[in-house]
Amino acid sequence: MPPKGRIEVKEIICKGCGLCVDACPQHVIILAEDRINAKGYHPAELSLDGCTGCGICAIICPEAAITVYRQVAPAKENQ
Amino acid sequence: MTSQPITEQVVYQRPEALSDVNTHYCPGCTHGVAHRLVAEVIDEMNLRDKAIGVAPVGCSVFMYNYMDFDFVVAAHGRAPAMATGIKRCLPDRFVLTYQGDGDLASIGMAEIVHAATRGENISVIFINNSNYGMTGGQMAPTTLPGQKTTSSPLGRDVEQQGFPIRVSEMLAKLDGASYIVRRSLHDPKNIRQAKKAIRTAFETQVRGLGFSMVELLSICPTNWNLTPVDSMTWLEDHMIPYYPVGDYKVHPAVAEMKI
Repeated sequence: MPPKGRIEVKEIICKGCGLCVDACPQHVIILAEDRINAKGYHPAELSLDGCTGCGICAIICPEAAITVYRQVAPAKENQ
Repeated sequence: MTSQPITEQVVYQRPEALSDVNTHYCPGCTHGVAHRLVAEVIDEMNLRDKAIGVAPVGCSVFMYNYMDFDFVVAAHGRAPAMATGIKRCLPDRFVLTYQGDGDLASIGMAEIVHAATRGENISVIFINNSNYGMTGGQMAPTTLPGQKTTSSPLGRDVEQQGFPIRVSEMLAKLDGASYIVRRSLHDPKNIRQAKKAIRTAFETQVRGLGFSMVELLSICPTNWNLTPVDSMTWLEDHMIPYYPVGDYKVHPAVAEMKI
């Protein structure tokens, strides 16, 4: 099972440049078409399950608008 | 299985050295990436209390609004001279300059060359996006041969306007320089390598090993008339062949550093 993650996008500073949409290896980020932020851009959002919390979107984001979380698997006793 | 609570770790969050404000940069501009990398390294090295930045004239002139540490703005191109003064007066502070290609490679060429050859103990972040971004995309010293800009609408003609300047290669020839490298910001792998280079450059200064400069190849989607994603491809296809990514000067003392 791949790890599960999620992202939070600070919509007020996202400029909808689409670099994270292009960079996401799981193709689960889209630009929200149904709304715009205060500056008039369509902010990025997570569209599907399947985010692994790899953080590549945050590495390429020019606005540092993305916070990435990853679920931590419970520690196994045998390891 | 289900009894265990699911815990989450934060993989990435906004660095503390970045102020919580909107930047004025165009969507997709890699100035934001460069700012973020500088902020991350400042946080990692715990330098926020003693860092003094020198902002240039150009798109990044408002950098003092975006970084949460001390900043001054130099006259156009004179950031290395101002940084020299600050560092000599306050040698315990960490002094960095952040300059674009119009500022560093054009009007400020004398200052950067002499700061490098004196081996001033400062760090320079040099953004190369192959045009003058702020004033509307005119031809810069780093504009590629044949590249169309608003002041070279038929493409840069090297017979009339000369060849682009490879700043890193040029400064690497100077004995005073300690760490001169070029990195690119066009994909996550290269951004990671750029961050490592910035860390090494900052460590060079902290350990008193002399002049360090990191040249970062950047995009300018608005003036290149491309989308941010297409700009990244254009950078990879056109700029990297002319401006190869690599280490141009690493002083043996810098190479021995363990970070």
